[in-house]
Amino acid sequence: MTTKKFMMVNRKAPYGTVYALESLEVVLIAAAFEQDVSLAFLDDGVYQLKKGHQTKGIEMKGFEKTYGALEDYDVTKLYVDQESMAARGLTADDLCVPVEVMSRAELGKMMEEQDVVLSF
Amino acid sequence: MLNIINKSPLDRGSLDTCLQSADAGAILLIEDGVYAATKGSAGEAKLKAAGGKFKIYALGPDLEARGIADRVMDGVTLVDYGGFVDLVAEHKTSQSWL
Amino acid sequence: MKFSILINEGPYTHQASDSAYQFAKSVLAKGHEIFRIFFYHDGVNNATRLTTPPQDDRNIVNRWSKLAEEHKLDMVVCVAAAQRRGIVDEGEAKRNGKDATNLAPGFRISGLGQLIEAGIQADRMVTFGD
Repeated sequence: MTTKKFMMVNRKAPYGTVYALESLEVVLIAAAFEQDVSLAFLDDGVYQLKKGHQTKGIEMKGFEKTYGALEDYDVTKLYVDQESMAARGLTADDLCVPVEVMSRAELGKMMEEQDVVLSF
Repeated sequence: MLNIINKSPLDRGSLDTCLQSADAGAILLIEDGVYAATKGSAGEAKLKAAGGKFKIYALGPDLEARGIADRVMDGVTLVDYGGFVDLVAEHKTSQSWL
Repeated sequence: MKFSILINEGPYTHQASDSAYQFAKSVLAKGHEIFRIFFYHDGVNNATRLTTPPQDDRNIVNRWSKLAEEHKLDMVVCVAAAQRRGIVDEGEAKRNGKDATNLAPGFRISGLGQLIEAGIQADRMVTFGD
C-alpha cells in the first residue's frame, strides 16, 4: 500500500467539543493503515495533552490514556507548539506523553512536508 | 500549502496562528474568514503585517453574501468556487485552519 | 486530478456543508474527479433523509443525494460517528436492533479507514468544518 505523510493538526481543547476524541480515532486508523502519521498540537489543542484528566464528574469517557498508547501503534511524532504552551502556563512536564516541543515556524515547516493535513 | 481560513479574525485565533505558523504560500479566506479582508478592520492590519509572505485570496460569493464585497482591502485577489478549486489544484496540500 | 472532500459539520448550523457542496460542484465542472466525500463528526447529519426544510430553503440532504446520483459519487458516512448520532441504514438497524432507518439515497455507512484511503488515493484532500 502507498504510504503517505499524514498530519493531524489539533487546535481544540478536549471535552468541550468532540474533535479531540474523534481526531484520535483518525490517528489510530491511519496508523493501522501503516501511514506515516504525525500529530501537531497548537492553540487550545495543547490542553489535550495536559496530564491528570479526571472525567468521572462530567460522565464523559476520558481519553488521556489513548495518547500514552499511541507508541504501541508506532505513532511517535507528536509536535507541540512552544508558544501555545507558554500562553497557557504549561511546560512539557505538564503533558501526559513525551513530545517534541518546537516553534511555530518549525511546525509550519513540518506541515509543508506533509501529503495530507487533517485539521480538527 | 494552501491555507484555508473560515473564521472571523475577531472571533477566533485561526488567522493569527496561521500567519505565525504557516510557511510561505497562499491563504484563502472563506465563510466568516472573509471579514479579515475588509478595509479598516483589525484583520486588514494583520494581513498587512504579514507582508508579502502570503498571497491572499478571498471567496467572492462569501464577501457578497455578507455585504462587504465593496470593502475589500488592496492586495487581495477575489476568486469564485471555480477559483477555489484551481487554488487547491495548484498547491500540493491544503490545510483548513478550523 | 482526483479530489477527496472531508465534511465535519452537519447541515444548517454551519456553512461547512454548503461550502463543500459548492466546491464539489465546481470540482466536477472543472473536469476533475471526486474520489470520495467523507462525512465525519456532526457531518454525518448531512445523511438523514428525514430532513424537512421549509419550501423556500435549500434541501441540503437531497442536494447531496442528487449530486451523487448525477455523478456517481462515493459518499461515505463514518460508522462510529453515525451510530453516536442516530444515522442508520438497514444493516446498522439489524445489527443494533433499531426500529427505523434514515440514511438518505447516495450515502453509505462505512469505517474511518475509508477516510484514510481517500487521503491515500486522491491527489488533493480538502476539509470543510468549524
